[in-house]
Amino acid sequence: MVEKPKVAFYWCASCGGCEEAVVDLAEGILDVVQAVDIVFWPVALDFKVKDVEALEDGSIVASFINGAVRLSEQEEMARLLRRKSKYVIAFGSCSHLGGVPGLANLWDKQSIFNWYYHRAPSVASGGEEPRERVEVPEGTLELPAFWDTVKSLDQVIDVDYYLPGCPPTPKLVAAAVQALLRGDLPPRGSVLAGTRALCHECPLNETKPEKLLLKEIKRVHTVQVDPSKCLLAQGILCLGPVTRGGCEALCVKGNMPCTGCFGPTDEVRDQGGKGIAYLSSILDFDEESDLQRVLEAVPDPVGTFYRYSLPRSILKRTREVKEHA
Amino acid sequence: MPSQIVVNPITRLEGHGKISIFLDDEGDVKRAYFQVPELRGFENFLVGRQAEDAPQITSRICGVCPTAHHMAATKALDDLYRVDPPPAAKAIREMLYNVFMLEDHALHLFFLGGPDFVVGPTAPKADRNVLGVIQKVGLEIGKRVIAMRKDLRGIIQEIGGKVIHPVFGLPGGIAKGVTEDARNRFKEIADRGLDFALFCEKLVEDVVLGNPEYVKAITSDAYTHRTYYMGLVDGHNHGNFYDGQIRVVSPTGSEVLRFPGRDYLQHLAEHAEPWTYVKFPYLKKFGWKGFVDGEGSGVYSVAPLARLNVADGMATPRAAELYEKFFAALGGKPVHHTLANHWARVIEIVYAAERFRELVNDPVLTDPTIRVLPTETPKEGIGVVEAPRGVLIHHYTSDARGVLTSANLIVATQHNSARIAMSVDKAARSMIHKGVVDDGILNQVEMAFRAYDPCHACATHSLPGHMPLWVKIHDSDGKVVQEIRRDG
Repeated sequence: MVEKPKVAFYWCASCGGCEEAVVDLAEGILDVVQAVDIVFWPVALDFKVKDVEALEDGSIVASFINGAVRLSEQEEMARLLRRKSKYVIAFGSCSHLGGVPGLANLWDKQSIFNWYYHRAPSVASGGEEPRERVEVPEGTLELPAFWDTVKSLDQVIDVDYYLPGCPPTPKLVAAAVQALLRGDLPPRGSVLAGTRALCHECPLNETKPEKLLLKEIKRVHTVQVDPSKCLLAQGILCLGPVTRGGCEALCVKGNMPCTGCFGPTDEVRDQGGKGIAYLSSILDFDEESDLQRVLEAVPDPVGTFYRYSLPRSILKRTREVKEHA
Repeated sequence: MPSQIVVNPITRLEGHGKISIFLDDEGDVKRAYFQVPELRGFENFLVGRQAEDAPQITSRICGVCPTAHHMAATKALDDLYRVDPPPAAKAIREMLYNVFMLEDHALHLFFLGGPDFVVGPTAPKADRNVLGVIQKVGLEIGKRVIAMRKDLRGIIQEIGGKVIHPVFGLPGGIAKGVTEDARNRFKEIADRGLDFALFCEKLVEDVVLGNPEYVKAITSDAYTHRTYYMGLVDGHNHGNFYDGQIRVVSPTGSEVLRFPGRDYLQHLAEHAEPWTYVKFPYLKKFGWKGFVDGEGSGVYSVAPLARLNVADGMATPRAAELYEKFFAALGGKPVHHTLANHWARVIEIVYAAERFRELVNDPVLTDPTIRVLPTETPKEGIGVVEAPRGVLIHHYTSDARGVLTSANLIVATQHNSARIAMSVDKAARSMIHKGVVDDGILNQVEMAFRAYDPCHACATHSLPGHMPLWVKIHDSDGKVVQEIRRDG
């Protein structure tokens, strides 16, 4: 019997949604397991780290790694899988750009620990916060180090391809797996999704005005949304024009705006910066006070424009983190 | 002889974990520690975010149960803005929630826990997974499970936008309604959903009751702890996933607390230990006494077994019958056997399917009024639901602009964290003797945590070889439409 190509799936700082996205291949998953030999997938299979360590370097054809890198153990696992794999695919927003857990870069380790283990209203006083090495009566216990900064996968190891999205759609996952199996791969470093902005595949695109000029931005919970009309034309901040397509406009079909989980298109370096530039290009204002008024409807620019990409952005911390009130 | 054994990573669960087991000179277990090497700090980075984004940000806590976080956050926004959603919005929310509970519990049965009992707890690890299950039950059933999951998740995607990280929740309602055309399609799926739910329950029940070794294992001391139990109940003390009051019963089954979710801080507190990133909630009334069970200890448990233990019955007919059968078979209420979670979970699958069918037929479902726009100045909001893995609490405060100023979350698995740690320790002590350890033995230690969480296993205790399997597929009227038997 010809040996099937080996494939691994692993999660770093993630939610398990990328694992579900693989299961959502539905009947397609049966084809995948026919074609490949899955040698590591903690959510579904019982292989352990030592099983991976025992494999020859380079013997895994592809490792699909999701999640951001938050802990020392995640970096060690990423390095191990890199060594064992011909291709590494950053799977999903967290791995690609840092993702939602990357918003923690507005904080650091100690400020997170202070809230979580000491100051949160349900925490009892007198408990000890976790440490990397702890002596217990029976011996020593270790925990992976919790770092100050969350990183995208390519800030830790070399990445060959990216599957964008929170999570990537089953269609894109299936296409990526097929491309790998056929050896029909685009240039290294490619993002395996559309190259154009989301608007081009949005069912409401025809109702988007040729030139948008907004006097007002409305937060989505304050308005009744007209499901038949471009959300931007209704004054709702939709990131479709500055977000890579490929998701089939799922959020818009749910009458909610795009929040940018597929990341920017190829030519854009900083997703949030592009979003802010776009917003400024569609605002119609005469005086600075008009502008202030409009921007009151976007009280959280970081969470709005950098929700999935803060670690990968050009924004870096220069000052110590302030504790919250 | 080894002095320390580490299982890393533990597998077939959502998230990370490792088990560190210390042995004494005789090779017996001194203590096993269940460690959670994972923390992301959501409570911190929710601060500064726009409140209306919380349902979508917090769903990223868990991509297996995103709908639970999305819903708890959405209910916290209702409370934050003091706005009551219209009847159609409530009906659609609860319907989607039950669809989600149905497909999520089923995932655990076939992918996470099922392999332990269908394939066998000590089967080779390469087979102890969903593929092994499909091989055992047959491709036809495997395909049926896959198709059902696709249809159910299709409903969540159609109304919720996305199934993994839905977008429908807004303070005072939802973003998208249900049309009559959609209702008719969903009705047909609901009918098949109930057949499927009864099939899942029967699959587990036949293995449980039809196998004395299994009954012996689940009732064994190795997998038993006498703790408090907590869950949501409605006005009749029937369990409810979407709404209700929090009820706590004692190890002897009597009610000790009943309170609205808003009051959680009066009753619950969290203890921290330096060797794990997870916190350990306990009942303030009894205090943190360490990793011990009994009425003097504040340790409590949530999730399917706890939900059945706190309820006086189930609100739908088939689930209500199964609820009675469950307690009759396992010696009355409350049941303290951790592995009984698997049976309790499939009884909940039946409840979720029945509730889905009730709601899909509710005339109000297609009412176009699905939102009430908030007008109050936001300040503080608390939202509570039953996630598949237990009570889920989201608590936010905000400034007058609706920008979050603090967040506190007690997530389902956390409530169980003390009891899970105790269960793993006890299972390790029971299974490992004289330093003899192999993959099958360690898997039986792992089964102690799988019972609680992402696992649907009806796992057996040290059952050698292959398990006999007898599956009867019933339609919604209880008629047998298919029967499959495999001998061990």
